Amino acid sequence: MSLITELVILVLAAWVGIEVISKVPQMLHTPLMSGTNAIHGVVIVGAILVLGAAAGGTVETICGIVAVAFGAANVVGGFVVTDRMLQMFRRRPEPPKEGQG
Amino acid sequence: MTRADVIQIAYLIAAFCFILGLRWLSSPRTARKGNLVAALGMLIAIIATLVDGRVVGYTWIAIAAFVGGSIGALVARRVQMTAMPQLVALLNGLGGGAAALIAISEYHVAGASGEARLGAVIAVSVMFSAIVGSISFAGSLVAFGKLQEILPGRPITWPAQKVINGLGAIIVLGLAAYASFNIHDPLLWLAAALALLLGVSAVLPIGGADMPVVIAFLNACTGLAAAATGFALNNSLLIIAGVLVGASGTLLTQLMSKAMNRSVTSVLFGAFGGGGGGSSGVSATGEALPVLEISAADLAAQLVYARRVMIVPGYGLAVAQAQHPVRELADLLIERGVSVAFAIHPVAGRMPGHMNVLLAEADVPYDQLLEMEEANPDFPQTDVVLVIGANDVVNPAARDDENSPLYGMPILEVDNAENVIVFKRSMASGFAGVENMLFHDPKTRMLFGDARKSLTQLVQDVQAV
Repeated sequence: MSLITELVILVLAAWVGIEVISKVPQMLHTPLMSGTNAIHGVVIVGAILVLGAAAGGTVETICGIVAVAFGAANVVGGFVVTDRMLQMFRRRPEPPKEGQG
Repeated sequence: MTRADVIQIAYLIAAFCFILGLRWLSSPRTARKGNLVAALGMLIAIIATLVDGRVVGYTWIAIAAFVGGSIGALVARRVQMTAMPQLVALLNGLGGGAAALIAISEYHVAGASGEARLGAVIAVSVMFSAIVGSISFAGSLVAFGKLQEILPGRPITWPAQKVINGLGAIIVLGLAAYASFNIHDPLLWLAAALALLLGVSAVLPIGGADMPVVIAFLNACTGLAAAATGFALNNSLLIIAGVLVGASGTLLTQLMSKAMNRSVTSVLFGAFGGGGGGSSGVSATGEALPVLEISAADLAAQLVYARRVMIVPGYGLAVAQAQHPVRELADLLIERGVSVAFAIHPVAGRMPGHMNVLLAEADVPYDQLLEMEEANPDFPQTDVVLVIGANDVVNPAARDDENSPLYGMPILEVDNAENVIVFKRSMASGFAGVENMLFHDPKTRMLFGDARKSLTQLVQDVQAV
C-alpha cells in the first residue's frame, strides 16, 4: 500500500468516524467509550503479526507476548463490559406495549 | 485470489462491522446489537491475521491471548457500574501499551535486518506510536489510580511543573528523531521510558473532577497510537479502527470540556478542579442568607399532587447508593398518574454518560432519561424538581453571574420550575467550591440528610399519602 492510499484511508475513516459518532446520544456515551475502547484493541492484530513472525528473537517475543496479552484483555474486557451495560438499557416495561401497540 | 487478498477482504468486512456497530450505537434499541457486530468484526480480523503467511508460531499467541482475554473477561464481568471510569481507563492503558510495544518491536526488527536508519513514514509512525502509546499507558494507569482512590484525587503539583514537562517532551522528541537516524534499541527504550514518565507527570496534576475529560483524551491518544502502528505495519484495518477511536475520543473530549466550561488545554495543563478550587468571595455573602427546609412527609404530599416531577441526579446519588430508592419513588409517582422524568447533565457522574448507565442499572427505563437540551424547555412546566446529589450543574450563577468561575457553563435551569427540592447532606459547596444561590431561592426547600435514607423515607411517606 502506498503512503497516499494510506492517507486517503485515514482521512475517510476520520470523516466517517466523526459523522457516525456525533449521532450517538449522550445517554450512550459511556458504552460508546468502552465500545471504542474495545475497538482500539484491534492493535492485537499488529501484536499477533509481531509475535507470530518472531523467529526466536528475544525482543520481538517479549514485546509480542505482552502486547498480545494486553490487546486480548483490551478487546475481550471492552466488548464484554459494553454488552453488560447495554443490556441494562430498557424501555418502559410491558404495560405501554399494549397501549401503543 | 491469493491468501493476501482474502485477508484484505476480511479486514474490509471487519472495518465495515466496526462502523456499522458504531452507527447502531446511535439508539439504545440497536446499541447492543451494534456492540455484538463490532465484536464479530474483531473476531473476523483476528482470524484473518492468524492465517497470514507471516504468522508462523502459534503457541505464544494462544497462551498470551488466553491469559489476557481471561483476565479481561473476568474483570469486565465483576466490575461495579460505579467503577466503570476506572475500567475504561485501565483497558485504554492496555491498548496504548500494546501499541507502544509493537512499535518497539518493529524498530528492533528494522535494526536486526541491518538497516541503519528508518524510512520517513516508518520513522514517524513507529516513533508516534511508541511515544503516544507510552504516554497513554502511563497516563491511563495514573487516571485509574486516582479514580480507584489508590492515588489521591486532588491535583498533585510540584514547582516548575509545566517547564519540566515541556523540557521532557522536547527531550523525548529529540531522542526519537535521533533514534530514527541511528537505529540502536536502547535509544527507543529510553525515549519510551521518558514518555512513560511524561504520561505520569501529565496526569498527576489533574484533579478528580476533570477525569472525564482526561479519560476521553487518553482514549483518543490510544486510538491514534493504534492508527500509527497501522502505518508502521502497512495494515489498513489498524488505520481505520484507530482513527475511528481517535475521532470518538476527540469529539468526547471537546464535548466534556464544553459541558464543564473548561478549555481542553486548561484541563490538561491547568492543574485545577480537584475539589476546593480557588474561588472565595461569593460565599461571604451567602452565610446570612435564609435556607428553608422541608420534611419528607410534606414533600410526599406535594409530589403526589404534582402533575410533572423532574429528577436531577448527580454523582452524589450514586455515592449514596440511592439509585434504587429513586427509581422506586419514580415508579410510585407514575402509578399515581404523575409524569416523571430524569434530567441528566452531560457531566453527571465520573465519565460521559455515566449517570445514564447507573440509572439503567437501577431499572429506570431509558425513555425517562432526558438530556440537558430536552429538559431545559420542560422546567417552566414542571411542578417539582428534585435535585439529588447535584450542585454545580444546577447553579444559576453559571448563567447569571459574570464573576462566577462557573459562568458560561451550560446548566440545568431548575430554577424555572415551580418548586425546587434539594437533597443534600449539608450546606457544603460543590466540586468547584462555589456558593450556590439556588439553595437560597424562595422557591427552594432543602431536605437535609443522606440521599438514600431521605429517599427511602420519602417512598414510605408517598405510599402512606
